[in-house]
Amino acid sequence: MFKTLLKHVKNYSLPSILTPVCMILEVIFETIIPMCMGLMVTYGIEGNDNTGDMDYILKMGGIMVILVIGALVSGILGAVFGSVASCGLAKNLRKDMYENIQSFSFSNIDKFSTAGLITRLTTDVTNIQNAYQMLLRMAFRAPVSMIFALFMSYLVNVKIANIYLIATIFLSIGLAIIMLNARKYFSKVFEKYDDLNETIQENVNAIRVVKAFVREDYESEELKKAAGNIYKMFVKAENVVIWNSPLMQFTMYVTMIFISWFGAHLVVSTELEVGELLTLFTYCMNILGNLMMFSFVFVMLTLSAASGKRIAEVLNEDSELKDPENPVYEVKDGSVQFKNVCFTYKKGSGKNVLNNINLDIKSGETIGIIGGTGSAKSSLISLINRLYDVTEGELKVGGVNVKDYSMESLRNQVSVVLQKNILFSGSIYDNLRWGNPDATDEECREACNLACADDFIESFPDGYNTRIEQGGTNVSGGQKQRICIARALLKKPKIIIFDDSTSAVDTATDARIRKSLKEAIPGTTKFIIAQRISSVQDADRIIVMEEGEVNGFGTHEELLANNEIYKDVYESQTGANADFDEMKGGAI
Amino acid sequence: MARESKPIQMGRNRGMGPKPKLDHPMKTFLRLVRYSYGRYPIPSVIVFICIIFSTITQIKGMMFLQVLIDDYIKPLTQVDVPDYTGLLHALLKIAILFALAGLSTFTYNKIMVYVAQGTMKKLRIDLFTHMEKLPIKYFDTHSHGDIMSIYTNDIDTTRQMIAQAIIQLVASLVTIIGTFISLLRLSPRLTLVSIAMIGLTFISTRIIAGKSAGFFVSQQKNLGAVNGYIEEMMEGQKVVKVFCREDICEKEFDDLNEELYKTASTAGKLINILGPVNGQLGNLSFVLISIIGGFFAIKGIGGLTIGVLGSYLMLNKSVNMPIMQISQQFNTIVMALAGADRVFKLLDEPVEEDEGYVTLVNAVKENGEIKESEKETGLWAWKHYHKADDTTTYVELKGNVVLDDVDFGYTEEKMVLHNIDIFAKPGQKIAFVGSTGAGKTTITNLINRFYDIQDGKIRYDGINVNKIKKADLRKSLGMVLQDTHLFTGTVMENIRYGKLDATDEEVIAAAKLANAHGFIERLPQGYNTMLKGDAASLSQGQRQLLSIARAAIANPPVLILDEATSSIDTRTEKLVQEGMDKLMSGRTTFVIAHRLSTVKNSDCIMVLEGGHIVERGTHDELIEQKGKYYALYTGMHESA
Repeated sequence: MFKTLLKHVKNYSLPSILTPVCMILEVIFETIIPMCMGLMVTYGIEGNDNTGDMDYILKMGGIMVILVIGALVSGILGAVFGSVASCGLAKNLRKDMYENIQSFSFSNIDKFSTAGLITRLTTDVTNIQNAYQMLLRMAFRAPVSMIFALFMSYLVNVKIANIYLIATIFLSIGLAIIMLNARKYFSKVFEKYDDLNETIQENVNAIRVVKAFVREDYESEELKKAAGNIYKMFVKAENVVIWNSPLMQFTMYVTMIFISWFGAHLVVSTELEVGELLTLFTYCMNILGNLMMFSFVFVMLTLSAASGKRIAEVLNEDSELKDPENPVYEVKDGSVQFKNVCFTYKKGSGKNVLNNINLDIKSGETIGIIGGTGSAKSSLISLINRLYDVTEGELKVGGVNVKDYSMESLRNQVSVVLQKNILFSGSIYDNLRWGNPDATDEECREACNLACADDFIESFPDGYNTRIEQGGTNVSGGQKQRICIARALLKKPKIIIFDDSTSAVDTATDARIRKSLKEAIPGTTKFIIAQRISSVQDADRIIVMEEGEVNGFGTHEELLANNEIYKDVYESQTGANADFDEMKGGAI
Repeated sequence: MARESKPIQMGRNRGMGPKPKLDHPMKTFLRLVRYSYGRYPIPSVIVFICIIFSTITQIKGMMFLQVLIDDYIKPLTQVDVPDYTGLLHALLKIAILFALAGLSTFTYNKIMVYVAQGTMKKLRIDLFTHMEKLPIKYFDTHSHGDIMSIYTNDIDTTRQMIAQAIIQLVASLVTIIGTFISLLRLSPRLTLVSIAMIGLTFISTRIIAGKSAGFFVSQQKNLGAVNGYIEEMMEGQKVVKVFCREDICEKEFDDLNEELYKTASTAGKLINILGPVNGQLGNLSFVLISIIGGFFAIKGIGGLTIGVLGSYLMLNKSVNMPIMQISQQFNTIVMALAGADRVFKLLDEPVEEDEGYVTLVNAVKENGEIKESEKETGLWAWKHYHKADDTTTYVELKGNVVLDDVDFGYTEEKMVLHNIDIFAKPGQKIAFVGSTGAGKTTITNLINRFYDIQDGKIRYDGINVNKIKKADLRKSLGMVLQDTHLFTGTVMENIRYGKLDATDEEVIAAAKLANAHGFIERLPQGYNTMLKGDAASLSQGQRQLLSIARAAIANPPVLILDEATSSIDTRTEKLVQEGMDKLMSGRTTFVIAHRLSTVKNSDCIMVLEGGHIVERGTHDELIEQKGKYYALYTGMHESA
């Protein structure tokens, strides 16, 4: 995972290297300062047989000021490089992930889910950005500072430095044990914590049910239990962590007492100067403080590892669909042939979504598709423009296997109005031009006319320049569907597929759209998936899907005569069970 | 420890939006302190004492250096046979002090675990219990993402504030004050230098923080733009693919991303610089004091000894730390207060009012008179106490619902329903038809008092619903909503939600009535199959069957149904239809009808338009009228 992420540092490698270098320089400058101070005490204040040497003091003072400036400059540079490197990595990660997502096939997208992708692109990137900055600035600084201070201590006095070494090892082990234990507990707590929040979310979403059944008290009781459990687990986990600062204090105090004792002896036996003792005391705080910092950084880093893993997953995901080597760019006509096509979303899961499909559709035909939910109507048509690859068999469009086309050409020639369709923030024109960026206003209007969208668009105060809100929330479902149809029409495709795309449009308008399409683009092959019989019954031929298989394929009359399912559906929709909402009759 | 590391992402908390603004930071702060520490007065006092003690000991430890050098080491070097017993005693004394300090650190950390987590638990429960009591209006007017963010983000920042920020603030303040006093005692002259340097630190912090503020605002703005774009495009990624817009989108994204990078790295640079600048100012202070102190020591000014200088230098170094900590904590505190503010706002949200006093009781009929019963009799009655003459009457629960000239609007300004009159006799089926936005769903929101009407009256068995306790009113009404919500739990538990003490047999009977038994049996673990995430594993139709069963087991005399419009396959649809029909038989039913069969056999059809009932009557009557209903009905057949 680290390897994957590091690859994306790319053009920010230099600041990434310079940051720790600067931080280490800062540490070195900083660590020399107490040494100088010790020298100053020994040779300045106590020099000249305790009468003092002001020149020496000033000289050392000057050196120390230079060291401070050196530390300041390197510190600032480290800060600047650190920010550039971490923001740069974040930028690259976002960019590279986004690019890779663009190459994703539908099944790749399904695998991660929309919400999953959003989290990875937003929160996870921010986490990694912070972690990377910490890694560059602290993860090197703290241990180097510690080691350098220890090294300097050894220069001053080996015996006292040995005490530091022992203290350091003792504290490291202690902190490691605490951290490892804490991590174990916390990961468990977080899991439960997520569960708790899910329960709350469920209650927020289903508040009408809760209230309708008068279950407020019941739910509150349930939550009390859950909150109590979380409390217990958190207390357990935190009781591990609270050993941190007492342990730190304990080590520091014991060390100080030891230094005092041995230091006194050493000074008396003239093995150590008082100034050196002062230096050593300063290093004591330095070493142990940095160790503490390091353990903290370590925990932060391990906690952000989950984000790193999630990002790496996106970056490493290969699109399942690739363009062929010598792609065909031209789709000759709108004919479609399915030959023994089988399809499954998850390879090796055993059960096929589509089984042994054989269809031969001529260019320019209008094909209705009908069948229950789960009968794989949508799966069937999503193979035509290669949103998914067939698992077995062969699918030809315009006489050529879909796998031999350049995907872009194929999708430009095969237009789909998806069942879950989406408009984007921007004007209606902007949205329409998704179909064809170069379309003139005239062409846009024409497409809207065909989709019966012109009337209501013109009725908006700003007409075609009306701003659509994110997700198209400011137009009704039926209006949205009609704009989506117009958008797909602007592609001027050879094949157009409507996946239940008039479900929110009233029957009369639905009929008008079908009629205008028939007249305006007779040469385009049209697939219409619908729940309503009325939407498909005047198609040239109708496919009846049932559990992933073609149950019937023929004209309305043929199917009515000899297809049980079709007959069933027809009767249920025209008899007493008809959908009353169709009465709305142009109300939308 | 980084307990805050795993945010659950939703709503507001995707790192966007401007910095929070606070109206009464001090008020919120005090309320939070009352809410958390105020509940644990004695532990809090102990914590406070422990913090002071351990902080002062820390300072004492550094002061000891002076004692060590001036009182022991220096004299010891002057004698021929050094006697270390004095030093040993002094060290023992300080060791005991250190041990006590360690103990007190541990103690306050330990107490804080219980205080902080106890507060969290209480806060969660309080929030949830309060939320459950809020009127539906609250949920309709607040985004669910925002509500959730209170439970996730805001609670979390609040916890950080209670457990860390406040404690650190106290410790820092004690350290600063204690250190200053010690510094003054050691050398008042040198203290002037320290103060000057600290002043410099403050000034530099202010300058840098001031400069970065503008960049932070634009960074937040750009981050919002990038995240917004990501959200929108990921939602529409499949459309992007279908229209081959990948390149254009990449380009748009790159531009936004680059903008974000520019502001973010500048803001980051400035805020990062703060650390080294302040750190080096601290070091500079160290150097200056060494020089000046050295000078004083040589000249013997102010009786400055090496020991004093040593202690002074260590203390001076340690005063920088808390000052930097406070400036760092400041940001956290502002954020936490904003979180706490939202938490309290939810807690202050007025709960659903219930001035009703008529309750639902089990009843028995004796000589044609209704009497209250302790046992479950299957017969229910409204217990109505009349204050005027101190009598209690019992009215049998029948399911007679009358809406009398009802006006309603979600806001005062905009009325949604006008002059609605409906009379439903027990067992009757009333259907509402009309286009989206005509007010069908709104009517059903009124009968169960999810919303209160502005004008007119609603009577249930002759009693004004305002007089009936809401809980009892809702118990007598069953609801099956169009978008079904199920809970995490087994199928059995989900059906039992309608009647918590129902036996397994009753659950199965309800499932059978709702036509759900068949598919439940085919689930991997039958009735014990776990449902998760709003039962995403079930089809829309199956979820609906379960919600019918859930309503059936409650066995209410009045039903409010919202028929499904979404595409359910024909077979399940039939099952749902039959299930609903069985459920409706013998009950007063208000149904938002989408299916012709439901409409046709209703006792009364209400045609709604623009919040008015424009036509009413049976199917045949309305057809005869040749009005709106007729037009719609026949229009449908034309287009079909």
